[in-house]
Amino acid sequence: MIGWKYGDLLELSDLSREEIERVIETAKAFKEVSTRDIKKVPALRGKTVVMLFSEPSTRTRLSFELAAKRLSADTLNVTVSASSLQKGETLLDMAKNIEAMNVDMIIVRHKSAGVPQILARELKPGVINAGDGCRSHPTQALLDLFTIQERLGRIDGLKVGIIGDILHSRVARSNIYGLIKMGAKVTLCGPSTLIPPEIERQGVNITYKLDEVVADADVLMCLRLQKERQEEKYLPSIREYVKAFGLTKEKIKHAKPDVLIMHPGPVNRGIELSAELADGVNSVILEQVTNGVAVRMAILYLLFGKKEKAS
Amino acid sequence: MATLIKKAIIVNSKGISKEPQDLLIEKGVIVKMGKLSDADAKVIEANGKYLLPGLIDLHCHLREPGQEHKETIETGLRSAAKGGFTSVVCMPNTNPVIDNAKIVEGILKEVKRIGLIHVFPAGAITKGQKGEELSDMLELKEAGCLALSDDGKSVQNSQLMRHALEYAKMAKLLLMEHCEDATISKGMMNEGFYSTLLGLKGIPDIAETIIVARDIELARYLKTRIHFCHISSRRSIELIRQAKAQGIQITAEACPHHFSLTEAAVQGFDTNTKVNPPLRSKEDIEAVKLALKDGTLDCISTDHAPHAQEEKELEFDAAPAGMIGFETALGLAVRELVEPKHITWSTLVEKMSFAPAQILGLKNKGEIAEGKDADLILVDPDKEWIFEKDHIVSKAKNSPFIKEKLKGFVEFTMCNGKVVYQT
Amino acid sequence: MTNNSKIMDQETVRRTLMRLSHEILEKNKGGENICLVGIRTGGAVLAKRLQQCIKDIEGKEIPLGILDITLYRDDLTTVHTQPILRETLINFDLTGQKVVLVDDVLFTGRTIRAALDALIDFGRPANIQLAVLVDRGHRELPIRADYVGKNIPTSLEDDVCVVLKETEQGEDEVIVKKRGDK
Repeated sequence: MIGWKYGDLLELSDLSREEIERVIETAKAFKEVSTRDIKKVPALRGKTVVMLFSEPSTRTRLSFELAAKRLSADTLNVTVSASSLQKGETLLDMAKNIEAMNVDMIIVRHKSAGVPQILARELKPGVINAGDGCRSHPTQALLDLFTIQERLGRIDGLKVGIIGDILHSRVARSNIYGLIKMGAKVTLCGPSTLIPPEIERQGVNITYKLDEVVADADVLMCLRLQKERQEEKYLPSIREYVKAFGLTKEKIKHAKPDVLIMHPGPVNRGIELSAELADGVNSVILEQVTNGVAVRMAILYLLFGKKEKAS
Repeated sequence: MATLIKKAIIVNSKGISKEPQDLLIEKGVIVKMGKLSDADAKVIEANGKYLLPGLIDLHCHLREPGQEHKETIETGLRSAAKGGFTSVVCMPNTNPVIDNAKIVEGILKEVKRIGLIHVFPAGAITKGQKGEELSDMLELKEAGCLALSDDGKSVQNSQLMRHALEYAKMAKLLLMEHCEDATISKGMMNEGFYSTLLGLKGIPDIAETIIVARDIELARYLKTRIHFCHISSRRSIELIRQAKAQGIQITAEACPHHFSLTEAAVQGFDTNTKVNPPLRSKEDIEAVKLALKDGTLDCISTDHAPHAQEEKELEFDAAPAGMIGFETALGLAVRELVEPKHITWSTLVEKMSFAPAQILGLKNKGEIAEGKDADLILVDPDKEWIFEKDHIVSKAKNSPFIKEKLKGFVEFTMCNGKVVYQT
Repeated sequence: MTNNSKIMDQETVRRTLMRLSHEILEKNKGGENICLVGIRTGGAVLAKRLQQCIKDIEGKEIPLGILDITLYRDDLTTVHTQPILRETLINFDLTGQKVVLVDDVLFTGRTIRAALDALIDFGRPANIQLAVLVDRGHRELPIRADYVGKNIPTSLEDDVCVVLKETEQGEDEVIVKKRGDK
């Protein structure tokens, strides 16, 4: 089996199909650790993991922290101001200060695309991208792939629909890469103003009709709609969005009975997803959260100690 | 003391001399050309290299007054001289904006003190470049401006732009429009496949084209001339081509980065690839090259835009747009246009010296002939060289071309008969 | 030891496992409160066989767990290629149980040390015993086996290969060969 190459995880397209499969395999073993009474293994004992988050995030930060702690690593939380200029200290400056304290890995979430790339290039510790701007959220895509694989036994040949504000979604971008790489067929559905230009070139289908994407989907991924999109003139109203693109029990009437309903969270109940569906039998949203810890443990485990940088 | 340049190949927009020639320069003017004797002059051996009229840049940023952490007039002019430029038009988006005579005078005084090359400051079209009220154009003309621009943005209000053109026509000032519809242009790179891939907000090319189209109609209606800054997209070029064919008085420029780098260069998030207008697609680059060849684009300007290191070291969306350009302009033009035989050396001189001189109405510049100003550069046309960060003379180092191999090397720059740069 | 010696064949392995099962039952006075935990991969296979043997002897199926000790290794961050991680499956409570750890080859003792750390994280066993098919010597830690199939003195240049038909083609056998030989 191939050895893991890089010490960073910056975007999903850095990984080959084999490497994605490796993460999924490894995550399976880690899922069990979280069911034990003592939810800890000494694999990363004494290592220091720093979380550099410039956007508010509960679930991703929590997930990463638990993953690191359950591997016996020490974790540190640093909140970065969204714009470096405010404090007069650049992001790189701050990161170098942290590096000088001999940390082993940096997990970064930032509202500006490209920040993980720059940190990985300039710093010695490994860098994991926990979400940069609208560009990439590799660990989310990996846990989504893991969830699908675990539930449906495969990803090859599945029909996956991604619904919502694709334009601003890093989750969508990473999932598009991952799903296509693993052999799934991806259809995007959303208002035309929120579909990014030339995205068909990445191998996806596009429809503006919800029932078309729902019809034969094995998996439906709902994306969160930011309320600001209406102010930014992308949408006439939230009301119309919900009517056309919001998933409800009624709208999936003709879907496959065991279609998986996924959402990266947090869910805007009643907007992209009805409360009934979010809590219903088809929903794997909470499993995604559980799997998130396992997948992130797998990633930390695989990345640690690797010297070759991804950028 | 007179100067004699011996055995240079003279390159003018009209043609290249077949044989090396000598030039005698006295009191800053070319007095005689041909096979000359040495008598009583300081001799410079050209050894068969190319002598070009000094390059003229219609578009650059010297950052003084107010932004001296990026560049000063002095460091900027040194950089320009090294790049082979003997005259530059500096844009008014300084702090304070160049919208009154006092500031123009201050700049010209500093330029004189430095004593290197010529500077023709552009005044702002609107007071403070706010896009609300016209600036005192007649006063600016009297102070020494030849052109006006609100560069950095367009005059968004069509009514105001109409009045600006009418008034400028009377004041005999050239309006140079930076074409950008601000309501569509909130982004950081060209909108398209790459902006989608990189998750960066895109600027569609129509942001430029819409203003080009509007201003063409204004120029047509008012029967006045207008100059378009840094044209970057193929659709804008099509419109300009049509407009020129219909006799509308348009001139337009393009910058070297818009015929050298595509939007793909933004992968890797090097903030030195962040520029406005943004780097565009392969098709746009081809259109720019063709337009320089067929005359749709009249000249090449640098849009030299220095920024301090700490400003460019920010995240991509926080970093300011712009790259320095004086020291790479000729090297890129030769590599991308002359070497692949899109244009000849003569056409290059037209784009970088003769046409800019015409556009500004500088009758004695842009050409090497008896009676013209001795603004000259000696170029080794075949020399390939690497653009190294350590050799940059500008105060700022924000260029995506560092470590690139360029062709065409400036050996010396002479302005007013005085050598202001020597390699 | 000469090159490529076959130390045990299929029949010998079968008899040895039978003997070990008897010894385990004898020492623990029957199959009460006993469980088997096999260390992946060889130990897990052998543990399953021991479970079957014990079932044949006592008529009782004692609980069987499988342990992957990768995460407890003391050489994890220095190892060049990442060892493949497999699942650990211990679906019963270890507290108060007598745990018989099973491995194929006992060598330096570091694997067993890692296994002990893992087991303690799962609960508080009444005691932990160790059964191995082969003890090849060269201990680096104070670890000893309670039940040994065969003692095989080896040199450090030797490799001891335990081939089990559940995981590889062919018959059960135990071979000693010089490192690097096919």
